[in-house]
Amino acid sequence: MTPPAAGSALEWDEPSSDLEDASRPNFLGRQGTPAADARLDLQARINSMQASKLDSRRMPTVPALARILPGGGLQSGGSYAVRNSTTLAMALLAGPSATGAWCSVIGMPDFSVEAAQGFGINLDRLILVPDPGSQWLTVTAALVDVVSIVLTRAPEHLAPTEWARLKARLRQRGAALVTLGAWKQSDSTLGVAESAWEGLGSGSGHLRARRMKITATQPSGRLRHAYVGLTDLQGTAADDVAFHNSPGPQGLPSGTAPATTPGTLFEPQLMKSS
Amino acid sequence: MSPTLSAVPAGTAPATRTMMLWCPDWPITAALREHALPADAALALVDRGEVFACSPAARQDGVRRGLRIREAQARSTGLVSLPYDPSLDERTFEPVTAAVETIMPGVQVIRPGLCAVLVKGPSRYYGGEDKAADVVFGTLAAMGLTDVRIGIADGPFAAEQAAKATDQLEDPEAEQLVIIPRGSSPMFLSSYPLEVLELPKLTVLLKRLGIRSLGDFAALKASDVRNRFGLEGAIAHRQASGLDHRNVVARTPPPQLDTVADFEPPLARIDQLAFAFRTRAGEFVDTLREAGLVCTALHVSLHTESGEVSERRWQHPRWFDADDVVDRVRWQLQGTQASDHGLTSGISRVHIVPDIVEDLADHADGLWGTGPDEGIHHGLARVQSMLGHGAVLTAIIAGGRLLADRRVFIPWGDAPSSPAKVPVKDRDQPWPGRLPGPAPATVFADPVPAAVVDSSGNPVDVDSRGLLSADPAFFSTGSDDGRRPVHSWAGPWPINERWWDPKGRVLNRFQLVDQSGSAWLLLLENHSWWVEASYD
Repeated sequence: MTPPAAGSALEWDEPSSDLEDASRPNFLGRQGTPAADARLDLQARINSMQASKLDSRRMPTVPALARILPGGGLQSGGSYAVRNSTTLAMALLAGPSATGAWCSVIGMPDFSVEAAQGFGINLDRLILVPDPGSQWLTVTAALVDVVSIVLTRAPEHLAPTEWARLKARLRQRGAALVTLGAWKQSDSTLGVAESAWEGLGSGSGHLRARRMKITATQPSGRLRHAYVGLTDLQGTAADDVAFHNSPGPQGLPSGTAPATTPGTLFEPQLMKSS
Repeated sequence: MSPTLSAVPAGTAPATRTMMLWCPDWPITAALREHALPADAALALVDRGEVFACSPAARQDGVRRGLRIREAQARSTGLVSLPYDPSLDERTFEPVTAAVETIMPGVQVIRPGLCAVLVKGPSRYYGGEDKAADVVFGTLAAMGLTDVRIGIADGPFAAEQAAKATDQLEDPEAEQLVIIPRGSSPMFLSSYPLEVLELPKLTVLLKRLGIRSLGDFAALKASDVRNRFGLEGAIAHRQASGLDHRNVVARTPPPQLDTVADFEPPLARIDQLAFAFRTRAGEFVDTLREAGLVCTALHVSLHTESGEVSERRWQHPRWFDADDVVDRVRWQLQGTQASDHGLTSGISRVHIVPDIVEDLADHADGLWGTGPDEGIHHGLARVQSMLGHGAVLTAIIAGGRLLADRRVFIPWGDAPSSPAKVPVKDRDQPWPGRLPGPAPATVFADPVPAAVVDSSGNPVDVDSRGLLSADPAFFSTGSDDGRRPVHSWAGPWPINERWWDPKGRVLNRFQLVDQSGSAWLLLLENHSWWVEASYD
């Protein structure tokens, strides 16, 4: 599969005044920008071209996420940061796990296995290392060798050389790394931008359903978003067909098509996330 | 015609002269020794709710085999009841067999407590069958076994009956030996009832035909019995006639698979011990491999200088190699498991006993390499040897009211322990206090303190009747200082854990959604608030 051409990709851009706007390279080319900016632009361009060559090996991904993830799904050898939501991280693990891949969770003692099972993660093939102590890198590298997808808390600091080595190992083994917490070195960053719960009143009811606006950055810095419900993120074994579909017109993110009016559907209930 | 029978020359084969060694109530003797109980204790071994065996003291109180445990306890108030463990019988009978083997060859264990010995050689060596029996009595008495019966007769069946006949003698203290002279076994057996054959169907049939004793049965023509009752009947007929075709098949003493390493002077440091034990662990694995076996579970006992013993059973998802054995010894010393106790002095002895051994052929590598799970195991074993046995976990979902209780971690390679193992059907049953709706993604292993206040800033509380003092308006969690306004909430949902137990807990659960749209699960216990989980 090929990434969307530059022209069509532009239409997918979020027309917004998001915080990430500043770091986003401008592809239309800026007139009279300093040389440093031009270099950044070129670098970003090279990155996006390189990425396009690597998308041959894709992991099964929950369809709702496959639509907004760069390359149309989780890439083998890719690294993903999830800003603020364990739920979203579980959804990333759910797709590969449902097809029998081994998953590993490192340094997250509060990871709820019951919720993970609800997402379709096979607990028999889930390895937990709640406390790697000071050996985060060694443990992560050892597990990258053997499991397909590793979820971990973003490290406090990681030297660029160490990251390069880990990255090389990820590519060599065809594993994917998902970090929880903002991490600039990752290929793309996902996050829950807005979230709304249904079913809870004041003193009555219980949490029943959740609507989220999730965002994902492309390697080029562009941002995509989608409005999903909690059930859309739950992977089942049957979903692995969907990720092979290229995101053609039918695969457009639900919230981005200008014809639909997501605002009227969701806006009144949504609140800006922290 | 059965090949088994045709192989035996009909009628004329003389039965092998056999000494049968019988230790009455062996399960009881074994249990008394294992649990260091006095010999006159009223003890019953229980198997599936019924008495399997009982000691003489219990028998005097009226306890019988097959009685329900409640009934037995009612009859004998001081009754000690223990679960019956067949492997214990075998384990404790092994030294007895070994002791007899040192003085006479050709020992066959029929079952724990009963073994047969070829008497021909020993009787010639010791100068008579009674003298050979005396030597056995002497050897076993030195081991502390005094209640041993010996019967010597033609063939194992007659010898067993002779050994059991010691029970019926007037003075069992004096007479523990019955010798049936050569050739008179048929006469000795003739008065026995048919039940000793232990063939209920045949016994009933013969009784209907008017045959009541082994003598009557033996009087029938062998060919008639074979035609009418088949192979089973023919074998029984030969036994009744004192012409037991069975021979004593001497066992080959099993190879010593366990390994012991003694350290003098005792070693105080783990790395020293691991280094010193490495060669021995290699020998242990090699011995097993030479026997064509691999070990999948083993017992490690560590003896210290001051006499403490730390014992643990370790399992392996595949099989142990030398490094794995050393790792287990190290982990046991590091005390990563709660069941281990710290040792205070140096290690003087390490004893490794293979608990489960399997055929090497069942674990051989495939022709086209091995499965993907093998790679997983090697990688995880590497992490385990870095961080310790308990650091690499798999999880199962167990029962419980609180979310943190519902998740049970099992170290990689261990089988789920019995209390944590909940049958699948029970797991699907609704628990009282089960949380409706989607499960929260983060469940705090240690609850985070929180504060919930009403609109005027007073703490929200629940009284003993379960009524809320005021609607929650703001809340804050321990991790951040900001006061978040409550958007919507529900509760209190009471959780009454183990109300019969003074240590039981009374909690109230709340669901809160703050203005930013994130949801929280809070607990209120004893007027203090905790964050149980977060729907992040």
